[in-house]
Amino acid sequence: MPRAAAAGLVVFATLFVLVIANPPSESGAGSWRTTNSGSAFDDPGAFMANLLDTVTLAGWLFIVASGFSLIFGLMRVVNMAHGVFYLLGGYIAYEVQQRLTAETPGFVPGELVNTWEWLIPMAVAMLCIGALGLVIEQGFLRWNQGQDLRQALITIAIAVIIADQVTAHFPRSGAFQTGGGNLATITWPGWMERRIDLHVAGVEYSLTRLAILALGVTVGVSLWLWLHRTRTGMVIRAGVDDRQMTSVLGINIGRTFAIAFFVGSALAAMGGTVGASQGGVASGQDGLWLLYSLVVVIVGGMGSLVGAAVGSLLVAFVLTFSASYLPSTGDPAGIECCTQYSITFTFVLIALVLAFRPQGLFGKAA
Amino acid sequence: MSRGAWTPRAIVERSLGLAALVIALLGPAIFSSYFTTTILTSTFIFGIAAASLIFLSAYGGMISLSQTALMGIAGYVVGNLVTKGGAGGETKGLILGWDPTLALVFAIVITTAIGLILGLVASRSFGIYFLMLTLTFGVIANYFFGQVTKLGGFSPIASINLYMPGWIGDIVGHPDKLYYIALGVSLFVYVLIRYLVRTPFGISLQGQRDEPVRLASLGYTVPLHRALAFGFGAFVASLAGVLFVWWEGQISPQNLGLGATIDLLIIAVIGGLGRIEGAWLGAFAFIVINNYVRDIQFPFASEKGVLPWIGGSFNTVIGVVFLLIVLLSPGGLVGIWDRVWDAARRRGGPPHAQSEGAEPAAVASS
Repeated sequence: MPRAAAAGLVVFATLFVLVIANPPSESGAGSWRTTNSGSAFDDPGAFMANLLDTVTLAGWLFIVASGFSLIFGLMRVVNMAHGVFYLLGGYIAYEVQQRLTAETPGFVPGELVNTWEWLIPMAVAMLCIGALGLVIEQGFLRWNQGQDLRQALITIAIAVIIADQVTAHFPRSGAFQTGGGNLATITWPGWMERRIDLHVAGVEYSLTRLAILALGVTVGVSLWLWLHRTRTGMVIRAGVDDRQMTSVLGINIGRTFAIAFFVGSALAAMGGTVGASQGGVASGQDGLWLLYSLVVVIVGGMGSLVGAAVGSLLVAFVLTFSASYLPSTGDPAGIECCTQYSITFTFVLIALVLAFRPQGLFGKAA
Repeated sequence: MSRGAWTPRAIVERSLGLAALVIALLGPAIFSSYFTTTILTSTFIFGIAAASLIFLSAYGGMISLSQTALMGIAGYVVGNLVTKGGAGGETKGLILGWDPTLALVFAIVITTAIGLILGLVASRSFGIYFLMLTLTFGVIANYFFGQVTKLGGFSPIASINLYMPGWIGDIVGHPDKLYYIALGVSLFVYVLIRYLVRTPFGISLQGQRDEPVRLASLGYTVPLHRALAFGFGAFVASLAGVLFVWWEGQISPQNLGLGATIDLLIIAVIGGLGRIEGAWLGAFAFIVINNYVRDIQFPFASEKGVLPWIGGSFNTVIGVVFLLIVLLSPGGLVGIWDRVWDAARRRGGPPHAQSEGAEPAAVASS
């Protein structure tokens, strides 16, 4: 019965996106079939753009969530500070780029930024946040090994402190004080700020978003190679399976934990740099990215690299398509009905996955 | 367990409880009106919410971070149902103008139903997974109410407490009324929980906390027990939510936010996750710190905030206090109390104290 209901829901949603949905009519009148762009047959270009949005967002989610998943899989630590690591990473990258490029503090136009002036801030942010993660792991978490609830509470306390300090001190140079917020935006390298023609259904797509996808794939491939082709990776995988046995074999598992925590935290900062380049970072996003990391690993399964990738794709798919293909009842602004309910579909995704696999799609049974 | 035995410790604890109750009953006569209407009333309200969290953790082994969201859902239901539009009226939300008593019942029923659904989804997740999942529910609820403009949107639904049930009457002019209602509901919740954990349902709930596999092999449906307990927790949280909107007069997505969720967790951890009494103790400690320490003018205040040298706001203080409690006394204030008695017993203290049963305080080590 639940299987039939779940299958019915998925089939209906697929049919809705592919054929049922209608584009908004000229008269402005709408029905439950009216969406912003219409079905995949009505407007294949919009459909393609949504697919591209999905995979590029998935790359971005994967960068952040794979770090979260790596730390959890190895050490059973739910790093509740992952969201503030993302935020702080974005701000550090912003500050570094300001020092490198800006004559007056504030927005830097794209033509003044070359590739290095984007990569160096990211690298600095990753090193700083990695080091911060390392300090937290060595200072607070190491001696509470095995008490996973206590470790989660410790990281929550640290997240509260860091979030407050970030709000107090960042951004240090020339914030965009629109609406009193503390939004800080990094500029992509100038040559990337254009759209390229993909020659599929006439879609032109932003090069920066494709770069995010490339970055996500690079992170995924490097992590896979690291975990499966190097000695450290081998130790990490052994530690995930059986921590005690690994350390009994004479392997310094504590050092491996430290390395994994460094890498996992640094990945949050990489995601934060991408986020700061793609619209900016501001206080409050720490909660959002903690949510995304949690949902990705709950759906994909804890501590699995493949799970994090599949989870990122599914979450990105649901976020993108529910925002685009929920009925908009013909209202030009599209806010009158339904599209604003898109966040509920994140919950539906979680409920669907957990109903059949409580440990997530690729998680091992606890 | 030897409940009802008059051990020295039980005598001390019961006298203290009785004294606290008498002081609370005489509250408005003893204390200033600020202390009763702000500090004590909110202590009762957040104590009820924290009691739902502690009930789930102490007797069900489930640390739920959804309780704030459930509280907020109840508040939003009341706010949407009771407020009236028109000239000078409310503009946010559904503005249905229902009878407040009906709205009150509706809020409790809807919140409990949502709690049961969430409980069913989460019922097969244990330990740290359960915590992550319920946090996800909470954050999703926060974004839901922030995005859905029909139900209120980003800014608060205001002046809810102008629409009170006729049998309660005006509480804005007579805040002592709300004080006694909150006190009464607190007592009701406390007695109800103490009763519930001794029923067959409560006993098997504690059974699944300690030995889920064994209980399942005895023929009990463990997920159903967990879901029902979560539904009961939602019921208690809904009471707190209704009282909260009466007290605060308005509700906004911030009341469901990550910060509010963490505040409630901090209250529960300060009080101690093992015993129900800790809920009100923790709420009192948190609210007193929150109200009085906030006003201290620190010397050497940094230009980046109120704190000396480092800057930042009061949240840094709360974070540090929380971190210290988690590191030094995972059992919270009740845990310190337990330790004092254990130390007294070990020094050959009162011989009757030997019959002291271990209260379910071992959650933190799970």
